[in-house]
Amino acid sequence: MTAVSVKRPPAPPAAKPRRRSRDVFQATPLTFVMLLATVVLSIFPLYYMIVVATREQGATSSVPPPLIPGSSLGDNIGRLLDNQNAAFMTGMVNSAIISLTLTVSVVFLSTLAGFAFAKLRFRGRNALMLSILVTMMVPAQLGVVPLYMMMAKLQWANHLPSVIIPFLVNGFGVFMMRQYVSQSVPDELIEAARVDGCNTFRIYWSVVLPALRPAIAVLALFTFMAQWNEFFWASLAMGDPSNPTVQISLQHLSTGYYNDYAQVFAGTLLSILPLLAAFILFGRQIIGGIMEGALKA
Amino acid sequence: MSLPTTTPAHSAELPPPPGRAPRSPSSFLVRASKWSRLDTKASPYIYIAPFFVIFGIFGLFPLIYTGYVALNDWEVGADTHTFVGLDNFVKILSDNYFWNAVFNTIGIFVVSTIPQLLLALMLANALNKRMRGRMWLRMGVLVPNITSVAAVAILFSQLFARDFGLINWLLHFVGVSPIDWQAHKWTAWLAISTMVDWRWMGYNALIYLAAMQSIPKDIYESAALDGASSRRQFWSITVPMLRPTIIFTVIISTIGGFQLYAEPLLFTGGASAFLGGTLRQSQTVTMYLMEQFYNKFEYGDMAAVAWLLFFLILVFSGVNYLITARLESSGKKRGGKK
Repeated sequence: MTAVSVKRPPAPPAAKPRRRSRDVFQATPLTFVMLLATVVLSIFPLYYMIVVATREQGATSSVPPPLIPGSSLGDNIGRLLDNQNAAFMTGMVNSAIISLTLTVSVVFLSTLAGFAFAKLRFRGRNALMLSILVTMMVPAQLGVVPLYMMMAKLQWANHLPSVIIPFLVNGFGVFMMRQYVSQSVPDELIEAARVDGCNTFRIYWSVVLPALRPAIAVLALFTFMAQWNEFFWASLAMGDPSNPTVQISLQHLSTGYYNDYAQVFAGTLLSILPLLAAFILFGRQIIGGIMEGALKA
Repeated sequence: MSLPTTTPAHSAELPPPPGRAPRSPSSFLVRASKWSRLDTKASPYIYIAPFFVIFGIFGLFPLIYTGYVALNDWEVGADTHTFVGLDNFVKILSDNYFWNAVFNTIGIFVVSTIPQLLLALMLANALNKRMRGRMWLRMGVLVPNITSVAAVAILFSQLFARDFGLINWLLHFVGVSPIDWQAHKWTAWLAISTMVDWRWMGYNALIYLAAMQSIPKDIYESAALDGASSRRQFWSITVPMLRPTIIFTVIISTIGGFQLYAEPLLFTGGASAFLGGTLRQSQTVTMYLMEQFYNKFEYGDMAAVAWLLFFLILVFSGVNYLITARLESSGKKRGGKK
């Protein structure tokens, strides 16, 4: 490849390299069609979910399977909400409380700690930061048994504190915010605020937080989605069918009512609505967050 | 991961806050400066304290304690427990069902991850091209990742249902008679892998895409001048340049794959859900872990399985790291020689 630059003619026409670069990165029609097919395959299962959720009970037990939405969504949701065994509404409300509380708390505590690690001087800073990174490597399953025993002892099992208190802040959030603060808040800005007589919390609140807005949006979205989808710990800590999270309610629904797919799918459809709403409103930020995270890792 | 050791150094050289000492004559200012000294000294610790308190109680303590629990015969709900040394580990390691679960977990991991990452690479390559509606296409492939775990598992269990599932219906057009996907190891693995891949392919593609965009474009231009086809460019430029990212996704997939739980659990359904079917066709290690709780009421065995799972994750992350690094470097050599 190195020979190329030597052999290149001395004065190539100015327009040529540009056109070539366009050729290299221009999508062929085949690429475009394949991409469209991928998108269709990505979306079709969700479309099918809508189809089943809107058809009458038992429509799935027909050949050919239904492929066009029906008009029974209201009936199906009605049966779902009357279903005492799945406690679906309780699950939705519980999950909303858990996800929103944890989103606020993770964002607040992560930005606070991230700011301290990025901009404040104190003894043991590097060692403490390193210890946070080490904690991120250990899988959640390892500590699950003693954690559950603690919840049982504190009488938190099957109540909201068991899925909220242990997760108020996590290493990932602190690390992400530390990276973001050190990149996007100049030291001069903090010094200037100090000269103006701001105390440290005031600096955090009025200087650092506003500069962090894009990163906060990403962390908030990821935290909300992760908590709304949390399954493993909730299946243990919120296993009581009368007080589930939304995912656990879906589990009870799917194991107990597999012959009424219309009702089950009405449940899955309602359960993804908050996520779809977040995606429609903040899709760009979510994509930006995933891609930026990939570059920093 | 090397960031924490390098970045703090430069920001530590701040000048001392100016203008405070000379202004001290009035008593108000003396008091204020005392406060501000306390503020600068204590604030950092107050700000990081919540993390360390929460993590210490609900993270670190369970991690250490789990080692102790694993060495005891400890039943769920019992007041007493007896120290039994490594007996729990011996018991688990001589249980064929444990090894069956390990086999299933590795099997599902291989069947799902290899095609997933290969397809994600190709998808990212396609998304990297210039075309109309790029943002819409990116959002489109990410949609599966937004849906919740339980919803995906329930949805695909229906699609893979034996009697009225859409997939069997489509297969009958090409002359395949209805498959009972849950009943056999291979078909169950395939169905579970499909759910996992559907949910994570777009996500991994976006991670690759981000890395692809940071490859300098002139490398491709000079390769094109050399007459390299776009397929050749993909394998000889893109893939080697993405090496750290590919290793990253392989490790992340290993960690996620070995903790696979909700998908096989909901796919199995019914009374034998934790067993992964009557013949344990699709019981993963995490399901085996939970079986010790729900069916055997054994904290000690659960903790032992948790340790073994952690060990498996470490070993396989290492093995996969070595394999990926090898594949990549041999690919690079071959590309460079010609």
